[in-house]
Amino acid sequence: MSGLFLPLLVRDLKLLMSGGRRGGALLPVLFFLAVAMLYPFAVGPDAPLLARTGGGVIWVAALLAAILPLDRLIEPDLELGFFDQWALRGISEEALVAIRMLAHWLSFGPPLMLATLPASVLVGIDAEKLRIVELGLLAGTPGLAALGVTVAALTAGLRGGAALGGLLVIPLAVPLLVFGAGSLAIGGEGGIALTGAVSLVLLAIAPFAGGAAIRAARG
Amino acid sequence: MQARRLAARDIACRRGDRLLLRGLSFALGPGEALQLAGANGTGKSSLMRILAGLLAPIAGTVEREGAIGLLDERPALDPHLPLGQALGFWQRLDGPHDNRAADLGLAGLEDVPVRYLSTGQKKRAALARLIGQQAPLWLLDEPLNGLDTRGVALVEGLVAQHCGAGGIAVIASHQPIAVPGLARIELKDFAA
Repeated sequence: MSGLFLPLLVRDLKLLMSGGRRGGALLPVLFFLAVAMLYPFAVGPDAPLLARTGGGVIWVAALLAAILPLDRLIEPDLELGFFDQWALRGISEEALVAIRMLAHWLSFGPPLMLATLPASVLVGIDAEKLRIVELGLLAGTPGLAALGVTVAALTAGLRGGAALGGLLVIPLAVPLLVFGAGSLAIGGEGGIALTGAVSLVLLAIAPFAGGAAIRAARG
Repeated sequence: MQARRLAARDIACRRGDRLLLRGLSFALGPGEALQLAGANGTGKSSLMRILAGLLAPIAGTVEREGAIGLLDERPALDPHLPLGQALGFWQRLDGPHDNRAADLGLAGLEDVPVRYLSTGQKKRAALARLIGQQAPLWLLDEPLNGLDTRGVALVEGLVAQHCGAGGIAVIASHQPIAVPGLARIELKDFAA
C-alpha cells in the first residue's frame, strides 16, 4: 500500500496545483485576494471599523475560495473510470479520499495562508490579529479540505453538482467559521483549539463518508 | 501456478427499474474464453460490472479467483497528459512490465496528449494499460469498438495469447470475434 501512496499523491497534486490541468491553485487565491481588496471599497476608509471586521472577512473569503475547486476534486476521475480501475486493484476508496484530501489541502491551504499576508494589509489588521488569523487558518483549512472532498464525492455525478456542492459546504463549515473567526474576538488560543478540534472531527469522518459516496455513485 | 477461476451462478441484473437478465450461469477455468453476445441494451455492460465486482447483482453470486482486469469504454488515462506519461502512471501502480506499445500500434505516440488520440488509438492505449496490469482474468467490454480490421485481429491475437498462457477472458461484444475455443452465450436467452 505504501508503494501506491506516492504515485497517487503525486498525480493528485499535479492535477490540483498551480498550472495543473484542473484550474490550479491560483484561481482560489486570486478570488480570495479580490474579496479582501473589494471589502475596504465597500465599507469605506474607516480604519478602526476595517481593523475590527477585517479578520472575519478574511475567514469568509477563505471559506468561499475553498468552494471554487469542488467540482474538479472527484467527478472527473469518476467519469474517466479511474475509480473503477483503482477498485479492481484493491485500493480502497477511503485511502483514495484521504490522499485527495491531503493533495487538496496542500493545493489551497498554504497558498491561502500566504495570500493572507497581503490581504491583512488590505483590510488593515495588526500583527497580533494577523497571527491569530494565520493560526486559525492553519487549524481550520484542513477541515475545509476534508469537507470539500466529502461534499465533492457526495455530489459527483449529480446534475448541477457543483452549485449544490457549494450550498452544502457553507452550512457544514459554520462551526469552523464560528470558532475560527470567533478566536479573533476573544483574542485567544481557545478559539483556535476549538477550530482545530472541528477540523480533526471532519478529517476523521471524511475518508469514510467520501469513500461510501464514491461506491454509491458507482451503482 | 495460482488458481484461476471465474464463475457466475444464477445472476440477475437490472438497470434502473428494469430487470434485464436472470438465471445466467457459467464457469470458466484456466485458458477458457467466453463471449457474451447480445444487442445494445441487453445488459452486457451491467453484467461485466457485476462480474468485475463493481456492481452488486440483485440475485446470484460471482466467484473470482485471481485479479480482474477491466477494459471498457473509458480508458482511465488522463486526457491532458502525453500517452507515455498517462500509461506511466499505471505502470507505477502495477509494476514495470512491457506493455508492448509497439505491437499495439502506439509507437511514436508517446508524446501525443491522450485527448488528441483517435477512438481506435485510445482503445489500443487502454489495451496497453490492461496488458501492463498482468491480471489473469480479463473482462473486455466491447473491445472491438472503434478499431479497424488490423485492430480487431490484434485484439483476437491478444486474447488467444492471454488464454494460451492460462488466463481467462470474458468478452462482451455484439460483433463476431474469432478466438480459438471461444464459448458463446446469447444474452437474449436469459432476458427477463
